Amino acid sequence: MTSRIRRLLPAFAAAAMLLLQAAPAFAVRPDEMLSDPKLEHRAREISAGLRCLVCQNQSIDDSDADLARDLRVLVRERLEKGDTNEEVVRFVVSRYGEFVLLKPRFELKTLLLWGTPVLVLLFGGALVAVSVRNRRRAAPTGLSEAENAELKKILAEGD
Amino acid sequence: MVEIGHFALVLALAVGLVQSVLPIYGARTGDERLMGMAAPAAVTVFALVTISFVALIQAYVTSDFSVLNVVENSHSAKPLIYKISGTWGNHEGSMLLWVFILSLFGALVALFGGNLPSSLRATVIAVQGWIGTAFFLFILFTSNPFIRVASPPVEGQDLNPILQDIGLAIHPPLLYLGYVGFSVSFAFAVAALIDGRVDAAWARWVRPWTLAAWIFLTAGIAMGSYWAYYELGWGGFWFWDPVENASFMPWLAGTALLHSAIVMEKRSALKIWTILLSIITFSFSLLGTFLVRSGVLTSVHAFATDPSRGVFILMILMVFIGGSLALFAWRAGTLTAGGLFQPISREGALVLNNLFLTTAAATVLIGTLYPLLLESVTGEKISVGAPFFNLTFGPLMLPLLLAVPFGPLLAWKRGDLFAAGQRLVAAFAVALAAVAVVLLFVDRTALLAALGAGLAFWLLAGSLTDLALKAGIGKVSAPVMLRRLRGLPGSAFGTAIAHFGLGVTLLGIVSVTAFQTENILTMAKGDTLPVAGYTLRFDETVPVQGPNYTADEARFSLVNAAGKKIAGISSAKRMYTARRMPTTEAGIHTFIFSQLYVSLGDPASNGGMVVRIWYKPLVTLIWIGGLVMMFGGIVSLADRRLRIGAPARSAKGTEAAATGGRA
Repeated sequence: MTSRIRRLLPAFAAAAMLLLQAAPAFAVRPDEMLSDPKLEHRAREISAGLRCLVCQNQSIDDSDADLARDLRVLVRERLEKGDTNEEVVRFVVSRYGEFVLLKPRFELKTLLLWGTPVLVLLFGGALVAVSVRNRRRAAPTGLSEAENAELKKILAEGD
Repeated sequence: MVEIGHFALVLALAVGLVQSVLPIYGARTGDERLMGMAAPAAVTVFALVTISFVALIQAYVTSDFSVLNVVENSHSAKPLIYKISGTWGNHEGSMLLWVFILSLFGALVALFGGNLPSSLRATVIAVQGWIGTAFFLFILFTSNPFIRVASPPVEGQDLNPILQDIGLAIHPPLLYLGYVGFSVSFAFAVAALIDGRVDAAWARWVRPWTLAAWIFLTAGIAMGSYWAYYELGWGGFWFWDPVENASFMPWLAGTALLHSAIVMEKRSALKIWTILLSIITFSFSLLGTFLVRSGVLTSVHAFATDPSRGVFILMILMVFIGGSLALFAWRAGTLTAGGLFQPISREGALVLNNLFLTTAAATVLIGTLYPLLLESVTGEKISVGAPFFNLTFGPLMLPLLLAVPFGPLLAWKRGDLFAAGQRLVAAFAVALAAVAVVLLFVDRTALLAALGAGLAFWLLAGSLTDLALKAGIGKVSAPVMLRRLRGLPGSAFGTAIAHFGLGVTLLGIVSVTAFQTENILTMAKGDTLPVAGYTLRFDETVPVQGPNYTADEARFSLVNAAGKKIAGISSAKRMYTARRMPTTEAGIHTFIFSQLYVSLGDPASNGGMVVRIWYKPLVTLIWIGGLVMMFGGIVSLADRRLRIGAPARSAKGTEAAATGGRA
């Protein structure tokens, strides 16, 4: 939308101040921030876990986009109404879907996602353990009794 | 010149086909003349790709707007350095850079590979030829940078402004030197599987090449991270963005490979695993190229509507990754397993390192690809972002980092964990002291940060302990210690330095994550803000005219407690005229390790400016640590045994192999 405005005003484009006006909004702005620092802190925490829907892999806390700003304001509104963090997140998800969650929920469809690190570690660990045991079994187990006797004899001769 | 470049690229494809087929046919049939084709073919391909690459750079430098690629990515008013870097600041040009570096490595193997058994050398160069041929085809059929436009425009569309930065000018070449450098160990792995034999020359070759690639990749990632930090304007150093993950996965696998190659070189154990890891590492490099270049990340939709490029790269991926893994499954059994060792030993520690690094790489892989997989299977869209990676990657790093100081103190074959622990008592005390200092003097509630700092100091002190013990501390006099230190092999120093660098980076990450302070406020002319014991004053806003942009620069003064101005900081918002794209130029003042970071927002209604100011304690340690790690790699690479010992010893091997081949 901002780009359309910019295209409409090519004549003024050279004026530096105007360019500044046309530049996109800034991440968190002072006028959005809540006066209660505790509530604001919670808002920031929640924002860091919510995805800006029109950006690539940015949280709404980091993003300049207008939609991210709307979401930030929404989060703060809900907090001011007395929602808990979970309630705020649930509300945003009910409106925008699970896509907004930067940390996916642990569900059936994300089982493979959350399970992979554990599975790979366990599988790899088991593989290592098995190969160590096999190697140890395959390794020569030291000298046989006859060889020991022979060795003793040779050592005694050496004295 | 453009036509010469285009022609040279087509010719490179032709010679690349020769390089792919004849030498390996010769190696299989024992025909020395065909094997002898390998080196000249590789060098010729390199020369041709160089011509092609130079031709494209020349088109950019002279702003030849009859070339579509130049029109789309350059502008006559752009500074020279960004005209040059614009060559690889786009898809087509960066693929040409990719094959340029690939052919460079092919030529290096050809030139320095004189001491390799000739059949191994021929096979390795041929495998490199396969990769090269695939990418030549890809470039010529889907991503040709030499395509002309029928009616050339007067002016180009300029390079994406956020890429017009010195950091991003050198980031891609470094990254690609790393990515493509792993093709050498990949080619060696495939050659070993084809030959069904892994000899001493193999291990001695693979480690230095892997190390070199790793150094470049480390440099590339560190530079990319610092670029994102200062250019994107919100002061983060790592975002777990898929594009970052694409370069991080080969780094993790490459780091694992580096460590397993040590075991293979020193003890000829872990052979089969090292070969598999070489394949995995380069597969990650290819995957990284695919993820970034196919557009699949931006949107699965865009990928599906214009899939020609994506499908081509996907085919390359399937052929090379699938093919090499199938070859591995088929042939790995013919390789003999090497040396034996106890679980508690240097080898055991390196296996542990590999286990955790591989799991970490798998975690990053699944996190990066899962949204794509889920969407293409069920159509559901989910996001996997930083919180997921922090929660999974962090815990995987913890045991690994705790174990790092133990590794170098354990003996090969059979180590003594208890004795190693005893020697690390001093390092442990240092770590505890760091925890106590953070809790007592910095922040009483920051337990996690304190433990993180403790872990960082555990790494720092641990690597110093390693060097001190190798010098014989407490056992011999100071001059003898010095002499022993001087006599230590470069690889021992390299290990200690690289592990030290890891501690430095960790300390920076912990400090910034836990203790950075942020101020978001509206400042008018003359307003001040106390920050980190100084006062920041907003002086003025000045319009600035750059070569291809206009900017509004806000100037700040940093004033110390005595009221004296110690530095000026200027932070700007630029508007690039050709693309009408704004960028932020953060104002950064560095106090050795810490930084004050000033980023501009919108003008406020009362005539002031919205300003975001961070104090980032010890932030530069993150990248300094990366430099230290690289330096450790370089020291290790400069090890005399790699330079002098290897050729002398493997020269005999060559003779033996040659005679063996004839008999």
